[in-house]
Amino acid sequence: MVEQVRKLLEKRVESVAELEKLRQSIVDKKDSSRTCISVCGGTACRAAGSEAVVDAFIDEIEKRELQVQVEMKETGCHGFCERGPLVVIEPKKIFYQQVKPEDVTEIIAETVLGGKVVERLLYVDPVTSQKITYEPDVPFYKRQTRTIFGANGEIDPTNIEDYIASGGYSALSKVLTGMKPQQIIDEIKKSGLRGRGGGGFPTGRKWQSCRDAKADIKYVICNADEGDPGAYQDRSLLEGNPHSVLEGMIIGAYVIGSHHGYIYVRNEYPLAVRHARIAIEQAMDYGLLGENIMGSGFDFTVTINKGGGAFVCGESSALMASLEGKIGEPKAKYVHMSEKGLWDSPSLLNNVKTWANISLIINKGADWYSKIGTAGSKGTMIFSLVGNINNTGLVEVPMGITLREMIFDIGGGIPNGKKFKAVQTGGPSGGCIPEQFLDTPVDFDELTKLGSMMGSGGMIVMDEDTCMVDVAKYFVEFLKGESCGKCTPCREGINRMSEILSGITRGKGKREDLDTLEDLAGILSAGALCALGQTAANPVLSTLRYFRDEYLAHIDEKKCPAGICRELIQYSIDPEKCQGCLRCLRACPTGAITGEKREAHTLNRGLCIKCGACYDVCKFNAVIRQ
Amino acid sequence: MAKVWIDGETTIDVEDADGVNSVSLTVDDKEIIVSTGQTILEAVQRVDGIGNIPALCNHPAVKPYGACRICTVEVSEDGGSKFKFVASCLYPVKQGLIVRTNTDKIKKLRKGIIELMLARCPNVKRIQELAEEYGVDKPRFVLGDQDCILCGLCVRACQEIMGKSAISLVNRGIYREVAAPFYAYELTEECIGCGDCAFVCPTGAIEMGDDGRPILPRVKIPYAEIEALMKKEAATPS
Amino acid sequence: MDLTLDFPKVKAIVESSTEKVDSLIDSYAGNKEQLISLLQDIQAEFNYLPQDVLVKVSQKLDIPLSQVFSVVTFFRAFTLKPRGRHLVTVCLGTACHVKGGSRLVEKVERDYGIKPGDTTEDMRFTLETVNCLGCCALGPVVVVDGKYESKMNPDKLDRVLRGYK
Repeated sequence: MVEQVRKLLEKRVESVAELEKLRQSIVDKKDSSRTCISVCGGTACRAAGSEAVVDAFIDEIEKRELQVQVEMKETGCHGFCERGPLVVIEPKKIFYQQVKPEDVTEIIAETVLGGKVVERLLYVDPVTSQKITYEPDVPFYKRQTRTIFGANGEIDPTNIEDYIASGGYSALSKVLTGMKPQQIIDEIKKSGLRGRGGGGFPTGRKWQSCRDAKADIKYVICNADEGDPGAYQDRSLLEGNPHSVLEGMIIGAYVIGSHHGYIYVRNEYPLAVRHARIAIEQAMDYGLLGENIMGSGFDFTVTINKGGGAFVCGESSALMASLEGKIGEPKAKYVHMSEKGLWDSPSLLNNVKTWANISLIINKGADWYSKIGTAGSKGTMIFSLVGNINNTGLVEVPMGITLREMIFDIGGGIPNGKKFKAVQTGGPSGGCIPEQFLDTPVDFDELTKLGSMMGSGGMIVMDEDTCMVDVAKYFVEFLKGESCGKCTPCREGINRMSEILSGITRGKGKREDLDTLEDLAGILSAGALCALGQTAANPVLSTLRYFRDEYLAHIDEKKCPAGICRELIQYSIDPEKCQGCLRCLRACPTGAITGEKREAHTLNRGLCIKCGACYDVCKFNAVIRQ
Repeated sequence: MAKVWIDGETTIDVEDADGVNSVSLTVDDKEIIVSTGQTILEAVQRVDGIGNIPALCNHPAVKPYGACRICTVEVSEDGGSKFKFVASCLYPVKQGLIVRTNTDKIKKLRKGIIELMLARCPNVKRIQELAEEYGVDKPRFVLGDQDCILCGLCVRACQEIMGKSAISLVNRGIYREVAAPFYAYELTEECIGCGDCAFVCPTGAIEMGDDGRPILPRVKIPYAEIEALMKKEAATPS
Repeated sequence: MDLTLDFPKVKAIVESSTEKVDSLIDSYAGNKEQLISLLQDIQAEFNYLPQDVLVKVSQKLDIPLSQVFSVVTFFRAFTLKPRGRHLVTVCLGTACHVKGGSRLVEKVERDYGIKPGDTTEDMRFTLETVNCLGCCALGPVVVVDGKYESKMNPDKLDRVLRGYK
C-alpha cells in the first residue's frame, strides 16, 4: 500500500519545470532506432478485426523475442476507415492497409526484420495504379492538414506519457506560468476560432461572457453527444486523443474560474467513455488534473456522464437538463447558458473539436492559427467523409478547401463509376448541395448561403442512385423520432412533414403538398423552441430548392427517377442478361421469381414485395429496377 | 415611474421607489414603462390599452413554459434594424426593447400553429375558438382526435402549487402524453385528489373521476389507437 | 405503450437480487443528478428496468416516481420490457441508409415478425435501430450482441442470425 502510494506520488508533477523534466525523460527513454508498429484501434478498424491483428502482433513479437527492438502500439483512429485495419510501421511510416491476422508473421519477417515491403498490403492509387509505400504519399492523406487529428496515429490513448512525449500539456504549462485569463481569451478571439459543434459561435466571445458572469460556481462542459448520423469525428478524437480535449477543458476552466467539468458522451460510444475515463485517471495520477494542478494552486476535476440515447441532448440546454438528472428538454435561452446554465450557474459548453483546438492556439499562437482558413472561418475542420465515396474516412482540412477537392481529390470520387449527385452537410439541420456548387469553399457562411450549414462536420456524398425525396424523408423521420415533443411547431410540424413526404414517396402526393411543406418550414423556423425544430425543415427546403424536378416526378408522374421509392418502382428481369443461376429465385421471400436452371427467370410483379433481395444478389445486372 | 402591483388586481404608479427598477419599451408603437423582472406577456397583460397576445400553455399561477409558441412576438434589441421571434411568455422586458405583437408574419405563424393544433384536437372548443378568430378552416392534414394539447399546465400545477408530482410528461415527440407513474396512481401517494390539474387545463382534457382522481387524456383515448386511425385514413386513396 | 409487467420468471430474479439492487442504489446515495447513470447501471445488470426496482430508486434517491418514469420513457437507452437473449441493432445512420440499411430492418421484420423495439415471442431476438455507430466505411452495419457485422445485405443477415439461438 505504501509502495503503491509512493509510486503514485513519484509520478505527480508538482510544477511546470517538473513536467518538462518528465517530458524530457520520456523522450530520452525513446530509442529512435526501435521500430514502432502503430495499429489503428478506432472503432471502425476494430469492427473490421483490428484487435485480432493486435493480438497476432503481440504473439509474434513474444515468439521471436523482439520486445527490445520492436514496440507495438494500439493507437487512435488513423482516419482512412475505408481501408482498415490499418498498420503503419514507424519510423519510415510504411503504410499497410486491410491487414489480417494472417499477414502479421510476414510483416514482422519481411518488413520489420528484413527491411522489405509486403507489396500486396500496400495501397494502390486507383488513378495511377501505382503502389504507394509511405503514409504521407497516400493521396487521401497528402491533401489533408492534420494539425489536430494527425496525433491520433502516434499516440496510445491509454498511455498519458505518449501524449506528454509529443508535447502534451505544454499549452497548460504556458497558461499556468503567467498567462492571465483575459490574455488567453484575447488570444482565442484573435485566432478567430468558431465553435465546431454546429453553431459556429465565436469561441472567444463565449469564453468572455462566461468569465464576466459573476458567480462562485461555474462549470465547463464538453459536448461529446455527437448525434448527426454519419458524423463520428468527435468520437474518434475522444477515443484516440482524449488528453487533447482535457487540456483544452483545463485551460477553459482556468480562464473562467471553474473547478468542475463534465464530459457528456453519447451512450453509443463505449470505447470513447473508456478511454476518457483512463485519461482522467492518469491525468489525476500525474498531477495534471485534480487538486493543485502542477503546483499552481488551481483545482479542477472532470466527471464523465453518458447520454441516454437522445439526439436532442446535443442541444446545450437539453444536455444540461440531462446532466441534472432530468429529461433532455431544451428551454428558452433568452438568458445565455454562459450566464445561467447547469444548475443555473454560468456554464462554458464547447464541442470536442473546439476543445482540441485550444492547446494548438495557445502553443502556436493566434497569428499562426488565423493564417489557416478563410476570412470568416479560421483553422482546420475535421470532417467525416462518408456515403457513396471511395475513400470513406475522417478528413482534416483547412477551411476554404473546395467541396470538389474534398470529394474528388481526397475522397477519391464516386465508386462503381456512378455520377455525383449531391453532398449533404450539417446533419439533420443541414442541406444537400448539388453539383453546380462543388467549387464552393468549405466555410461556415458559404455553406449557410447555399441553404446548408457546416454543422458538426458530417459530409455525406450521394450518387445518382439516390432519391432526394427519400433523403428528405429520411432526415424528417429521424427528427420525428428525436423531437422532445415539448413545443407544438416541432412535435406536430415535423410529424406532418413526415406524413406529407411519406405520401409523396408512395405516389399519393399533390402539388399543394409542396406549398404546405414550405408553410410548415416557416412555422418551424419562426416558432420552434430550439435549434432542432428551427432547422428541421432545412433538408426539405434544400432538396426542394435544388431537386424540385424529382419531387414533381413523384407527384405528377408517380415515378421515382432514382429507383428507390418502393411503391413507385417495379422490378423485372432482363432475359438477355439473365444467366439462369437461380440466385434470385432462392433469395426471393415470396416466390415471385420462377425459372429453370440456365434459363432466363421471370418475375411475377403480382407477388413481388419489392424488397430488393434479387437486385442485391444478381451478379449479372439482370435485375432491373425502375 | 413604474407600475407596481399591490395585490392581484391593483397597481399603483411609483416614482423611483427604492429597489424598483423600471424600463421603458415600445409595444406595437406604444411606449410603456413597467418594472423589470417580468416577461413581455405579463407586461402586456397588465398594461391597459395594449392589444392582447394569445397564450395557451400560460397561467398566472404557475411558471411559464413556452411550449405552445402561440404567444410568439417579434422583438428588436437594436432599435429596430433586426427583429427576431421570441416567446413573449418567457422573454424578459428590457430597456429600449421594441415589440411587435401583430405583424403579418406573426399572424401567419399563429395561424399555422393553430392549424397544427386543430389537426391534432379538432373537437376541442378552445382550439376551435382560436381557429375561428385567426381564420383557420379545415387543416390540410389528417385529423387526429386528441383533447390534450400538451401544454403541461397540469404537471406544473401539481408541482408548483401543490408541491406534489403525481403526474408528469412521459415519452417523447409525437408520443408524448401526460401520465401517472406507470399509468397507475396506486404506485405512489402523490395524488391527493385536489383537482388543480383539471382546474388549469385549458381544453378540458382532464376531468375528475368518481374516485377523486383525475382521468387523464391517455386513459380516454390511447395515442396508439389514434395513430392507427390516422394511418388508415392516410392510406386510403383520396 | 403496452406494459405487460407480470413476467413471473423475471419477478423471481428481481426478488432474489435485492442485495444487488440495494448496493447499486446505495452507491449513488443522495446524488439525484446521477439518476440517469444509476438507471444505466441497473439496466446493464438486469437487461431491462424492473418496475419494483424503479419504485425503490424513487424512494431511496428521493425523486418523485413520476420523474423517474419520465426519464425512463424519454431516453431510448432504457427499456421497461425484458430484452431477448440476443440484441440485434441495425444502424440507420445516413451513410448506412444510403447503402440500403432500412432493407435490413425490413428483413428482420419479415422473418421474425418484430418491429424495432420489439422482442420475439420466444425471447430469442430483440430488434433495435441506432442512428450512426460511426463505422460508415463498413456500412450497412448490424451489431449482434456487441459484435459488429459489416457490409451487410439481407442475405448475409439471414445467415448471421441463424447462428444465434
